[in-house]
This record gives sequence, C-alpha cells and structure tokens, in this order.
Amino acid sequence: MANEKQKTDAPNEAVDLNRRQFFVKMGAGSLAVAGLGGCVFGLQYLAPSVLYEPSPIVNAGRPEHYPIDSVTLDPRFGIFVVRLQEGFYALSAVCTHLGCMSVWKPEAGVIACPCHGSSFQRDGSIIAGPAPRPLPWLKMWLGDDGNLMVDRAIMVPSQNEYVRV
Amino acid sequence: MNKSVNPPAEHAFRNPIRVLARWREEFKEIFAARVHESQLGFRLTWYLGALTLGCFSIQLITGILLMLYYHPSIPQGYADMKDLQFVVSSGVFLRNLHRWSAHAMVFLVFAHMAKVFYRGAYRPPRELNWVVGVCLLLLTILLSYTGYLLPWDQLSYWGTTVGSHIMSSVPVVGDKSSFILLGGHGVNANALLRFYVLHAVILPLAVIMLVGLHLWRLHKDGGMHAVPTEKP
Repeated sequence: MANEKQKTDAPNEAVDLNRRQFFVKMGAGSLAVAGLGGCVFGLQYLAPSVLYEPSPIVNAGRPEHYPIDSVTLDPRFGIFVVRLQEGFYALSAVCTHLGCMSVWKPEAGVIACPCHGSSFQRDGSIIAGPAPRPLPWLKMWLGDDGNLMVDRAIMVPSQNEYVRV
Repeated sequence: MNKSVNPPAEHAFRNPIRVLARWREEFKEIFAARVHESQLGFRLTWYLGALTLGCFSIQLITGILLMLYYHPSIPQGYADMKDLQFVVSSGVFLRNLHRWSAHAMVFLVFAHMAKVFYRGAYRPPRELNWVVGVCLLLLTILLSYTGYLLPWDQLSYWGTTVGSHIMSSVPVVGDKSSFILLGGHGVNANALLRFYVLHAVILPLAVIMLVGLHLWRLHKDGGMHAVPTEKP
C-alpha cells in the first residue's frame, strides 16, 4: 500500500515541477505578448490618425503679380515662386539641411538659409553650405480660375518644364 | 534595533508622531544616518550634485507656478508667456528664475559628470550609479529641449524645427519617430501639446524617480567616501 502511494507520488512530483515550469513559461510568454502588443498599440496611439494641418495644395495667386526674372518667397507656404523668361516654377523654401526657411537675396542673386549658411542657385542647386540636397521643385499648375497652384507634397524633377501662362 | 524603532502597527496608528519619528530610519538609505565630517568637505564633490538637485527643486517650484498661467495652445502660449513677463505680478521673476535655473542645471549636471569622471568616482562599486547619472543627464537635456518650445516664439519654433529634422535624419526610423514626437509633419499645435506634457509631467517624474535611485545607490555604494585608490 505504502509502496503504491510512493509510486503514485513520484510521477506526481515530476508533473508538479513540469506544471510549475509550464505556468512560469506561460506567464512569461503571455506577459511578453502583452508587452509587445502594448508597444504596438502605444505607438499606433501616439501617431495621430487625423491631422488638422494645412493642405499641401496652396494658391500662389495671379501669375501677373510676379515680374519676369523674379524670385518671390511666400513665407506663409514656405515656397519660392520663380518667374523666368521661359515661364514659372515653384521651389520649396524649406532648407534641405535642417528645415529652416531660406530667403532670396536679390543683391547676391542666391537663395540663402539663415540657420547654418547653406546657399542655393535660384534653380535650387547647391552653391555652398551643409545642405545635402538641392531645394526640390514642386508641382505647379495653372488653376481653372487663372491662379497659380502649387502642391507642396509632390516634388518634380528639377529643370522640369516650366508653367507657361 | 528594529524592534525599538518600529513600534507595533496599532501603536503607530494611535500616535502618528511615532511614524514621523521613524522617518529617519525609513529613509536612512537616502539620507545617510551617519555622515563623516570629511565627506561633507567641499573638495570631494564641489557640491555639484547637491547644487544640481537644488536647481531641479527650483525648476519644480517655479514650473508648477508658471503652469498656473500657461495654456499649451496656439497662439495662447505666446500671449501667456508675454503676460507672465509684463502683466502677472512677479511673473517675470518666476519665468527668469525658471530659465536661468534651467541653464544652470544643464551646466551643473555636466560639471558634476566631469567631476565624477576626473575623480574616478564611476569605478566599482559605483558603475550602476554612473549609468543612472548618464540617464539623468539625458533627461536634463530633454527637459531643456522640450521647455524651449513652450514660449512659442520664433526662436522656439525654429529651434524645435531644427531638432526634429535632426531626429528625422536617423536612418529607417527617423521620420516615424519625428512624426510621433511632434504628432504631425511639422511643429504645430500637436507638437506644442506633446512637448508640454513631456516637459511638465513625464520627464520630471522620470527625473524624480531616477534621482531617488541615484541617492539610494550613492549611500548603498558607500556614500561620498573617496574610493581607495589602487597603487599602480
């Protein structure tokens, strides 16, 4: 009888140990899954799904307001509207270095960034400074109402065709 | 010893003063129960850690007071900052105290690190406390950076724009982290609110917890005693 009890106890002990290990593993595993899930949900929560930011499409006004051979900064939108003999194009005024707004220096004929001294030609190409990329050309078209429209979210290859009026 | 200092719970409940009397015992790891006079000398630490903590206390007090007048919204934040300077009684004093104490704290935390480094006080058994200290240094810089946006003037706007662009230049995760930090594609209302919450809640709580850990480890690791130098 005692022998029998011992026999039944021995496997039970092994099962107990295994069960404990099993539950520890289960617990640690579910905590890990919950933690990972929490991270994923947390990151999703932190990244806003709806933004109330200004539209990337902006109205740059009547073409005749821009004289020929001019570079005009619109600080509201962070763009340059450039008018040459060949036509119009839009250039981002956001410096490609660290995002400051660059300005047109008519006396030097260059676009210059006040923050870290990058300078650009009026076609956006780099003259000097830490900027890693030229200022991008932005998509521009003539709207139905005769105003120049610019989509700041769409970059076009530089020396793209000019908008003619 | 414990028996004499820790009265039975019911006793403590009846006489709360007794609990107060036990405080020194409860917190002896943070405020050392015995301090040798030589440890309090100026030479060992130049009091840089204590001065940093003092600056942080000034930041907490003035910061909480400034919160009473500041709304983290556009353009109200800027107007509130101007009101604090020109309208609120003692506002300009509190704001400048907050500002200069912040500058001093960044300077002192660096000086504290340098002093610990050149004294070799980071060596065993104080490695963990050095790591905690580095975390506190990073938190101080983050506090400084997040507080910089709150006045919502040109300097803060462009400073934060540059800072977030530095973050986006990190490979692979840069753009996403900048998006999450700012809550948008640029520095705007979401960014101001996020920086406010970080500056006024999350980062100070983290600093308070780590300072507790820092002081506890300081005394656990033998206080400010000079580390016995190994003869070369």
